[in-house]
Amino acid sequence: MNTSIIESRPDFAAIASWIPQGSSVLDLGCGDGSLLRYLRETREVRGYGVEINDKKIATCIANGVNVIQNDLDSGLADFEDASFDYVILSQTLQATRHTEALMKEIVRVGREGIISFPNFGYWKNRLQVMLGNMPVSKELPYQWYDTPNVHLCTLDDFEILCAHLDIRILGRQVMCGGHDVQVLPNLRGSTAVYRFEHAA
Amino acid sequence: MNNSVGIVQAQRATFDQPLTFKSGAVLPCYELWYETYGVLNADKSNAILICHALSGHHHVAGYYEDDTEDIGWWDNMVGPGKPIDTNKFFVVGLNNLGGCHGSTGPASIDPQTGKPYGASFPVVTVEDWVTSQARLAEQLGITQFAAVIGGSLGGMQAMQWALSYPDRVRHVLAIASAPHLTAQNIAFNDVARNAILTDPDFHGGDFYQHGVVPTRGLRLARMLGHITYLSDDAMADKFGRELRHGKLNFSYDIEFQIESYLRYQGDKFAAYFDANTYLLMTKALDYFDPARELGGNLNRAFAVAKAKFLVVSFTTDWRFAPERSREIVHALLHNKRDVSYAEITSAHGHDSFLMQDEQYVAVMRNYLNNVAAEGSL
Repeated sequence: MNTSIIESRPDFAAIASWIPQGSSVLDLGCGDGSLLRYLRETREVRGYGVEINDKKIATCIANGVNVIQNDLDSGLADFEDASFDYVILSQTLQATRHTEALMKEIVRVGREGIISFPNFGYWKNRLQVMLGNMPVSKELPYQWYDTPNVHLCTLDDFEILCAHLDIRILGRQVMCGGHDVQVLPNLRGSTAVYRFEHAA
Repeated sequence: MNNSVGIVQAQRATFDQPLTFKSGAVLPCYELWYETYGVLNADKSNAILICHALSGHHHVAGYYEDDTEDIGWWDNMVGPGKPIDTNKFFVVGLNNLGGCHGSTGPASIDPQTGKPYGASFPVVTVEDWVTSQARLAEQLGITQFAAVIGGSLGGMQAMQWALSYPDRVRHVLAIASAPHLTAQNIAFNDVARNAILTDPDFHGGDFYQHGVVPTRGLRLARMLGHITYLSDDAMADKFGRELRHGKLNFSYDIEFQIESYLRYQGDKFAAYFDANTYLLMTKALDYFDPARELGGNLNRAFAVAKAKFLVVSFTTDWRFAPERSREIVHALLHNKRDVSYAEITSAHGHDSFLMQDEQYVAVMRNYLNNVAAEGSL
């Protein structure tokens, strides 16, 4: 199970590589809890997930993962300042409504934040827009009319928001099809993972 | 009676060691009635305690040989293959002290006077119940429960287990519960109590000697309770403004279906429930507040807890609202305890915790499967 999770979600590998043994982790939009379970089994990470979907809550519980049912857009009021080493938001940022407020909450609750999201600036996305259609891809598998993604951004856009929120970026890994992208990441990367902290 | 535990028998445990209540009152000896389902394993690690709410008792699951219609109050949750799986767990249900289903309570005979305790029965708290439950566990040879589970007032007992006996419970399932009642909630209880206390047949709690029962007070108390256990939507769905006879009669008789329902529920309840027990149960609810002696700091109250928690609430429950369950979760998170929290979308208000609901069942089943797996049950 462990390896298959990492294979199916390359951003998980990047996230996991940044999390030291025994850390405390809050995984926002944790889905079925597979990342938390992987981190627990491989790194003895102690953590909680936050999820809103009923079926995923039941699956998290089946996976033996601590999960709190809550809407991320209502904030992280259940969690105290600096109560986690890492707050993770994997492939969920683009579907949050109050994105800016949530970014502030992440650096309030976590010593560091780790976020992965699909890069809207990826050349295949740009090409589809140039050809006249909203992009549909493995990373963005929705039609414009049924997508939960309301806040898509490029790597540049994300970094501008971080600067605006006094968030210091500590690490960045850009990927495409499971491979690292070093050159022209905003054009050639389909997925990005960032590690950051509050600058103040 | 699908997947029923089948025919069950109530059992009786007697205790000769005096019990000192939180109030300072002492009960020199007492009895607890209980039922068990499933088999206690060799290392006695598979026991689950079910704590009942205001009107509950020890008959949690199954039915009686001489009355197959008398099905336990949580039979949909407890049985072979059900979420609280009696193939894996040894399940204990009891009637709490002060109850009216067999365990020593206000209607029992006080051996010192030869008369019913009545008004002299000690005001019992959640902590007192947990103490008595721990003694029952000792009699049954259970040194640690795999889980203590309860809804509403039962959830308060389950939580108290983790605070009173942190090493004697591995998991706590607190369902539709709260860390303490709000003023509004106490107010409802007080109106219910006043209905009983002001019934001329109450006789200051010693109505047994007068051969009467404060039926009117009990009915009113139960009617009020029922209103608060249902949601506005559930009532609208079930009864709406439907008239019993299809037209207005311009009288104070039963006209709307909701009136008919409430009076029926009130009558049914008043026919079997003890008025003094009702008073005691509502007081136990009002008094429960583990943070009280710690300056109102619930985080500190939960610092001693070692158990893992599942906290469950229901969206339309306004008597024990989801926000109240979140307070429990918050205190557990503060103390870095293992906790999962599920907020079940349900139309049935506070009563939801007794109902069949797909998501509720899935959450309970999945959680308890892991409880069983971790104990290799």
